[in-house]
Amino acid sequence: MSDITAIDRPYDARFGDYVQLLKPRVMSLVVFTAMVGLLVAPVPMHPFLGFAAILFIALGAGASGALNMWWDADIDAVMKRTAKRPVPDGRVRADEALAVGVALSGLAVVMLGLTTNWFAAGFLAFTIFFYAVVYTMWLKRSTPQNIVIGGAAGAFPPMIGWAAATGGVSVEAWLMFALIFLWTPPHFWALALFMKEDYHKAGVPMLTVTHGRRATRVHILAYTVVLALFAIGASFTALGGPVYIAAALVLNAIFLIGAVRIWRRDEATAEADGYAAEKKFFRFSLLYLFLHFGALLVDATLLRAGLF
Amino acid sequence: MAMPKDHELHKRRLSMNVGVGLTLVAFAALMFGITVVKISNGSLLEAADHKPRASALPITEPRP
Repeated sequence: MSDITAIDRPYDARFGDYVQLLKPRVMSLVVFTAMVGLLVAPVPMHPFLGFAAILFIALGAGASGALNMWWDADIDAVMKRTAKRPVPDGRVRADEALAVGVALSGLAVVMLGLTTNWFAAGFLAFTIFFYAVVYTMWLKRSTPQNIVIGGAAGAFPPMIGWAAATGGVSVEAWLMFALIFLWTPPHFWALALFMKEDYHKAGVPMLTVTHGRRATRVHILAYTVVLALFAIGASFTALGGPVYIAAALVLNAIFLIGAVRIWRRDEATAEADGYAAEKKFFRFSLLYLFLHFGALLVDATLLRAGLF
Repeated sequence: MAMPKDHELHKRRLSMNVGVGLTLVAFAALMFGITVVKISNGSLLEAADHKPRASALPITEPRP
């Protein structure tokens, strides 16, 4: 009896389904900020080792994304924005997501340690723990400040990049952390204002659900003011150069105007124009972060080329 | 039923197999590159050769 019968399953996971577990869009942001952290650091690194370090930091971030999808499959299935993720969509089993997440976490941490130093590796391990356990398992479903805590996890990559190059952290690294940490809440709360049904249905205690939409608008403005103070304040440290100062002044002015506009609107006005101001603010927030880190990179490159 | 050379299963899993294969090749290339860079930068070159080595022995000289 040499016959083989293939058992039919409705769907075999494709490679791309597993790639999606790693949240490639979040990863691209991690690659960029970690790269800036690594290049802005005053200690030069061999380009190939720098490339490998960024890759392993991104892999660690991706692994924590897979762990997040394993744990959150139930609420992802309810929300329109996340229902097409591989686990709620049935393309990858939840336990496979867990296995991918754990295996890649270990691989990324060990490889980052071997490539750079064990401080950076420990930092990456802490970040994965923080995102997967502290944020996803613990605080996301229990406090309306979930976004603030989750923002911390997203803010660590430039610090890990800095640590990979220097073996430690310093004021400049903390300022890059502050930039992303303070940027995350206004960014996500603007999203929550116009994606309102989603979080409500899933029972995630977003600020919009627990404290109302008026409070969310006030929070967006408050965080944007503090963010602008930090972003412009960073100009006066070793981090800031002429390009950064110019970019920070312009970008923060635009961001503040957007936040004030959101703060002054009420639900009736927002409903009337289909949340145009909130959507505009959300879209601009992506550009805001990208250009801040881009300016840091330009300044560091100019400095290294000896142009000022 | 004998399994034909190109069963539908092979086609269905092609993406997965090619993807995992390429990933492993890329990982090996990355490891090789890191090794080359580390060694040419003068990192540790010593391996176990089953003989006593000066660097592996405890320091026994008396303090001056």
